[in-house]
Amino acid sequence: MSELDMARQLPITLDINKFMRKSRRGTIKTSTKSKSDFAIKMTLFVLLFLTVYGFATFDYKNVDIAKAVTGTWNNAKVLFGQPRLTYGTWREMLKELFVTFSLGALSTIFGAIIAFFGALLCAKNIANPIVANITKGFVAFIRAVPTILWVLIFTISAGLGSVAAVIGLTFHSAGYLIKAYAESIEEVDAGTIEALKASGASFWQIVFQALLPSSISRMTAWTFLRFEINFTNALAVGAAAGVGGIGFDLYMAGNHYFDLRELGFITYIVVAAVILLEVLATKIKSTVK
Amino acid sequence: MSDKQTSKITGETSKFQNRTSIFVKRKRSFTLAFLGVAALFVISAVVTNYDVINGFTSIPKAAIWMVKHFIPDAKAWSRVPYIFSKLIETVLVSVAVTMCASICAFFFSLLGTKTTRSSPWIARTVRIIAAFFRNVPDVVWAMLLLFSFGQNILTGFFALFFSTFGMLSRTFIETIDEVSASCVEALYATGATSIQTVFHGVIPSSMPEIVSWVLYMIETNIRSSTLIGILTATGIGYLFDLYYKRMDYSSASIVVIAIVITVIVIETLSNKIRKVIM
Amino acid sequence: MPILLEFKNVSKIYNNVTKALTDVSFSVEEGEFVAIIGPSGSGKSTILRCINRLVDVTQGSVFFDGHDINQADKKEIRQVRKKVGMIFQHYNLVDRLSVIENVLHGRLGYKSAISGVVGHYTEEEKERAFQILAMLGLTEEAYKRCDELSGGQKQRVGIARSLMQEPRLLLCDEPIASLDPSSAKIIMDYLRDINETMGITCVANLHQVDVAMRYAKRIIGITAGQIVFDGPSDKLTRTKIYKIYESNEGELITDVG
Repeated sequence: MSELDMARQLPITLDINKFMRKSRRGTIKTSTKSKSDFAIKMTLFVLLFLTVYGFATFDYKNVDIAKAVTGTWNNAKVLFGQPRLTYGTWREMLKELFVTFSLGALSTIFGAIIAFFGALLCAKNIANPIVANITKGFVAFIRAVPTILWVLIFTISAGLGSVAAVIGLTFHSAGYLIKAYAESIEEVDAGTIEALKASGASFWQIVFQALLPSSISRMTAWTFLRFEINFTNALAVGAAAGVGGIGFDLYMAGNHYFDLRELGFITYIVVAAVILLEVLATKIKSTVK
Repeated sequence: MSDKQTSKITGETSKFQNRTSIFVKRKRSFTLAFLGVAALFVISAVVTNYDVINGFTSIPKAAIWMVKHFIPDAKAWSRVPYIFSKLIETVLVSVAVTMCASICAFFFSLLGTKTTRSSPWIARTVRIIAAFFRNVPDVVWAMLLLFSFGQNILTGFFALFFSTFGMLSRTFIETIDEVSASCVEALYATGATSIQTVFHGVIPSSMPEIVSWVLYMIETNIRSSTLIGILTATGIGYLFDLYYKRMDYSSASIVVIAIVITVIVIETLSNKIRKVIM
Repeated sequence: MPILLEFKNVSKIYNNVTKALTDVSFSVEEGEFVAIIGPSGSGKSTILRCINRLVDVTQGSVFFDGHDINQADKKEIRQVRKKVGMIFQHYNLVDRLSVIENVLHGRLGYKSAISGVVGHYTEEEKERAFQILAMLGLTEEAYKRCDELSGGQKQRVGIARSLMQEPRLLLCDEPIASLDPSSAKIIMDYLRDINETMGITCVANLHQVDVAMRYAKRIIGITAGQIVFDGPSDKLTRTKIYKIYESNEGELITDVG
C-alpha cells in the first residue's frame, strides 16, 4: 500500500484490519518476536541439547542404577535416621567445627580487607577506567581458578594446614567481594560524591564520609553472605585437601571408616551450625541497617 | 500559634542534637565493630594455628613456585586431548545437573510461591524441604553416594544435583514472588485459574531472571564439580589431583589453565546472554 | 435500577490483628459511578478486593448480582471474577508480553483450564480485542511489548483487558495515582465513557478529591475502615472532606487550588 492510499484511508473509519498481523494460516497473530525472547529460547534449547548429549555420552561404567539408587536410599535412611558418634567425641567435633568456622572467619576478614581496596579500584563512579579494567581482569582470573586448586597449590609452599586453606579461600572471597562491594559503591548517589568533590574533599575523605556510610549496610550483608559460603567452602576444602576442621572428619567418616552413622552425626552438627550462622547473619544485618 | 512555632523550633534543635549523637553513635559502633572483628581474628588465628608470617611469605613463595613448575612440557602437551575430553565431560555434567535441578526446582518452587495460591502448609513444607537440600553440604551427598554408586560420574552428578536443587528452589521462590506478584493478581482478578496464571503470568514475567540464575548456577557448578571430582575421583578434578599427587606439575598446570579458560569463556558468554535477555 | 453490589456489615481483620474494615455496609446500583475516597491505608483497596474475593472478608457478606460471594466455591468465584473487571494503580500487566496478548488475558476466565494454558484464542476474540484497542486509541501499539509503553498507555491496556471480560462491574484501584495530569484526565474520561455509553458500573478508589467530585455522581468516604460519608458528590462539603481525611483546615493539598 502506498503512502497516498494510507493517507486517504485515515482516519474517519479506523480500519482495524490494517493493524492486524496475520500468520501464514490466515489467523491473527498475538505475540511479537523480541530479541530477548529469542535469546531465552535459544539459550534453553542449547542447554537442553547439551544435557541430552551429556546423558548420552557419559561413561556410566556399567553401574546398576536401580540398585545404586535403592542402596543410596537405604543409606540415606541410616545417615539421617540413626546418627551416632563412634570414632570421635562430642568435644572433638565441636572443636573441629570451631576450626572450620575460624577458617571461614579468617578468609572472610582477609577477603573483605582486600576487597575494600579492590572495590575502590573497580567501582565505576570513582575509579580510573583503565585501572578498573585491569583489576577486573585480574579478579576474573582469580575467580576462575576453583578454590580447591588454590588450596592445593598453596599446600606446596605453605605446608598442609590452615595457611593454605585460608589463603586459598581468601582468593575467592576477595574476588567475590570486590565485585559485590564495587556494585554497592556504584549505587551511591553521584550527587553526593560531586557535592563533596566540589567542597574540596580529598579522595579518602570522600571514601570515608560518603561512600562508606551509605554503602556499609549493603557491604555488611554481602560480607555475611560470603561468610556463610566460606564456612561451607572451608568444610569442603577440609574434606578434599585434608587441611583440617570438621570437613576432614566428614571425609574420614565417609571414606575411611565407612561409617554412615558417624557421617550423619557430623552432618547434623554442620547443618545446625549453618542454620545458626544464617540466623546470626540476619540479626547482625538488621542491626547494621 | 506562637506556641506551635516555639515547639517547632525546640523540635528542630532536638533533631539537631539527635544528629550529633548519631555521629557519636556511629563512631562508637565503628570502634565496636572493629574490636569485634579484631577479636574474632585473634581467636580464629589461635584456634587454627594460623601463622600470620607464613601466610604472607607463602604468597610470593607460591608465585615463584608456580612460575618454576607450572610450565607445560612436551609430555604435558601430549595429554591435552585427554584433559580436554575430561574438561568437556565436567562442563556437560555441570550443564546437565543445572538443567535437571532447574526444571525440578521450578515446578517445586511453584508450590512454594504465593503466586499459585497453594495452601500455606504446602508452601511451608516446600520451603523446609528446600532448606534441607540447601543446607546439607554437597560433600555429605558425595560421601553418601560414594557408598552405592562408587567412583562414578553419577556420584558427582547427584551430589551436585541435590545442593543445586535446594539452592535454586529457594531462589526461584523468591524471584517469582518478587517479579510476578503484580501481574498474577491481575490475572486472578480476570477469573484465570492457577495453571493459566502460571503459563500466562508467572512464566513470561520470571523467565529472564530464572535463565540468568541457571547460567550463574552452571558457572558455580563447574567450579564445584572440580572439588566434588577430587572427592569422588571423577572428571577434571580427579585429573588434577592425580597429576598433583604424582608431582607432574606441568600436566597439572594445563588442567588449571583449561579450567580458567573454560570458566572465563562461560562467564563472558553468560554475561552477554544476560544483557540480551534482561 | 436493580442493585448490583451490596456490602452487608463487612469487617476484615488481617492476620487476626490489623483491622482493615469495620462494619461496612453500602449498595451500588447497576450503572452507577461510585468513587471511594479516604486516606492511605484506610481500607479502600480492601473493599475492592473483597468484591472479587482477592481478599476474604472476616465477617459480614458481599452480594454481587444477588449471590453471596463468601459462600461461593472456586468455580463460582471464577464466574464472579469473569464479570468483574479490575484495573490497578501499577497496571499489573505482564510487561514482557505484547499489548494484544495482555488484552486477551481478559478472556482466560472464559476458557477451560487446558485451552487457556496453551493460549488458544478464537479469531472473534482477537478481532474483539482489536476493536477495543481501537476504541482506546491503541491499535498502533498492538504488537508492542508492554514495557515499551508509557504509563497512560499501560493503563489503557489495563482497561482493554478488563473490557475483554465483558464485565458488568469495573473496579478501579487508584487508576491514576501513578500518572501525570494529562494522562490521568484521558484515563478518567475513558472510564466515564465506559460507564455512560456501555453501561458498566464503576467503583473507583481515588486519591484526588477533586477528581472524584468531577467524575463520580456518588462518593463514599472512608476513614480507618469505616464509612464516614456516603452520598451524592455535590453534598460533599469541605468539612466532610476534612472529616474523611481526619485533618484540619489548611492541611490538605487540595486547599491550595
